Amino acid sequence: MSEALLRLENVTMQFGGVVAVDSLSLEVETGKIVALIGPNGAGKTTAFNCITGVYQPTNGLISFDDKLVVSGHPTGKMKRDYKGSNSEKYLDKEIIDPTPDEITRLGIARTFQNIRLWKSMSVFDNVLTAKHMRNRQNVFTATFRLDRAEEKRMRQETMELLEEQNLAQYKDDLAVSLPYGLQRRLEIARALATDPKLLLLDEPAAGMNPQETLELGEFIVEIQKKHNLTIFMIEHHMDLVMRFCDKIYVIDFGKLIAGGTPAEIKNNQRVIDAYLGVAEE
Amino acid sequence: MTKTKEEKRDAIIAACCIGAFYVLILILEAVVPATHILFSILKKSAVYSLAAVSMNLLNGFTGLFSLGQAGFMLLGAYTYAILNMPTELKLGTSVYKYYECAIHFDMGFLPSLLLAGVIAAVFAALIGIPVLRLKSDYLAIATLGFAEIIRAVFQWEALGPVTNGANILSGFTDLNHIYIPFTKIAIPPTFFVMLLSGICIAIVLLLINSSFGRAFKAIRDDEIAAEAMGINLFKHKEMSFIISSFFAGISGALLAMYQFTVKAATFKTAMTYEILLIVVIGGIGSISGSCIGSFLFIACNEWWLRFLDESSNNIAGLNIFRSGFRKVVFSLIIMVIVLFFRKGLMGDKELTAKNVRQFIAGKKSEKKAKGGEKA
Ligand SMILES: Nc1ncnc2c1ncn2[C@@H]1O[C@H](COP(=O)(O)OP(=O)(O)OP(=O)(O)O)[C@@H](O)[C@H]1O
Ligand SMILES: [Mg+2]
Repeated sequence: MSEALLRLENVTMQFGGVVAVDSLSLEVETGKIVALIGPNGAGKTTAFNCITGVYQPTNGLISFDDKLVVSGHPTGKMKRDYKGSNSEKYLDKEIIDPTPDEITRLGIARTFQNIRLWKSMSVFDNVLTAKHMRNRQNVFTATFRLDRAEEKRMRQETMELLEEQNLAQYKDDLAVSLPYGLQRRLEIARALATDPKLLLLDEPAAGMNPQETLELGEFIVEIQKKHNLTIFMIEHHMDLVMRFCDKIYVIDFGKLIAGGTPAEIKNNQRVIDAYLGVAEE
Repeated sequence: MTKTKEEKRDAIIAACCIGAFYVLILILEAVVPATHILFSILKKSAVYSLAAVSMNLLNGFTGLFSLGQAGFMLLGAYTYAILNMPTELKLGTSVYKYYECAIHFDMGFLPSLLLAGVIAAVFAALIGIPVLRLKSDYLAIATLGFAEIIRAVFQWEALGPVTNGANILSGFTDLNHIYIPFTKIAIPPTFFVMLLSGICIAIVLLLINSSFGRAFKAIRDDEIAAEAMGINLFKHKEMSFIISSFFAGISGALLAMYQFTVKAATFKTAMTYEILLIVVIGGIGSISGSCIGSFLFIACNEWWLRFLDESSNNIAGLNIFRSGFRKVVFSLIIMVIVLFFRKGLMGDKELTAKNVRQFIAGKKSEKKAKGGEKA
């Protein structure tokens, strides 16, 4: 049995004529912090959306915890229009198209590149609501307050998460009234409330200054240890990626162009050409 | 987590206010003649409050736009009337004049009322399965269509033995004939209907403040985030739709009790729009707003503005005050409300002890600020 928690095999996502992700194969090892980098529009967020059930990949397989969770192959009109590779390979496989909540229930939680907090809710309620998925109450016991112990557990754990993120003092404020950096933290707290094994972070340091970025990196390592997590993140801040990640995958135009340790990636000519070179210009 | 002292105190204040309100109703019913229009207004607004709250649960708290309210109320009203009407009346010729009634049993008032909700909920479940998987705009169209179809179906001759066709159903237990169990003591009708509707609204309120209510609000605020946090969209939308329709059914049954009779033709789309208007005026996402809204709506429409329709009120010989003028003024008032209260009277706030206190404190500090400017 391998140590990979998440495995993508030839995942392709084609929108109309645009191949956003092209035969992407990669592995995220249990307990590691892994980065996915690439220029703007490379298909990183799309790859995340395939993993989390937002999109059904046009082709390819995704397994989590040694279990096949997503499987797709071209069907109908797409059979003719398909531009990616391996078009025949998975035709005999049954299509598995889970909804995002089914994926989250398996233990994959995420944050969003464009923050998506629930805007009418307080900071506290944002995290508490994410606890709903693992709530033991049914609608009857919840409405008539017949399982107070469960409600108390959810509230206590929510408070602990907020304290861990230094958000406790804002608990009654509207989530959207927080400064940007704290909103990102709240999104992480909310994702953690679903008790994930794998946490997907989409540009967690976007809009942060170098100091904040550094703090965020340390914080990610901290929660990774504390919650026994595996972390897979999209990030543009190279210093963060180089310093805190165990492994880096680089994609460009939907294709994987490199994968390896930070040191290997730093010296990879293709990466420098496609990505780092551009960034340094 | 334990409640803070302040929260406890606020809860006690709220309970006292509600208790005092019901005592006031009891006293009014004992003192004021029962024929006074106030009671008819209060009874009708109690029924409409429940209808509006159930619509608000779906439209305001789950973000699903449905226009089937009248249809579900019709189902509730008919279910209640048919089940509760005494068997000998059904078999006689005074109600079912042209048909032979096919239902040869009757039920007490409470089971009939509950089944009124259940039947409406079952229909909602059936409509919800195909429709709620689609984008939410379809729900409005599907429910509007459903309400129209169900009204036509209930007037259909072939169903006459059950629904009495397009004719009136009557003879079931109405609000004036509710007794305390095992006694002959009648419960004051206004108090009774307000109590029943109040209990139902309280249940909705409890639901909204539970984990499931939070999930509904998450779906309303951001579906994509809700789904990503493990909330099954279809399951929760269906749940909200079923519960909302259950209470719509109950409110339909209460409307039947209030009106003494049931007729399919009264449950037109216009009724749905009235209730929608109440929800909007009161505030989308505010339960207390829906209750206040329905009282104001019904009192204005049927009481306070009635003088406008009386043709004896001629001013300067102008004969503008004729029947129908009331509707003009009424529409103007609604426009003004919508203009000045963009989010309805209550917005998405509730009428709670805490909010009232903050509101008063806010007014005070506003005054202080203004006073400061002057000095
Ligand atoms: N739903 C969609 N329909 C059509 N095209 C899409 C869709 N989603 C993404 N794309 C296209 O796929 C490509 C990859 O987009 P994606 O958002 O995955 O990039 P990204 O690597 O996350 O970029 P960024 O760094 O800007 O976030 C883009 O060209 C985009 O226009
Ligand atoms: Mg992106």
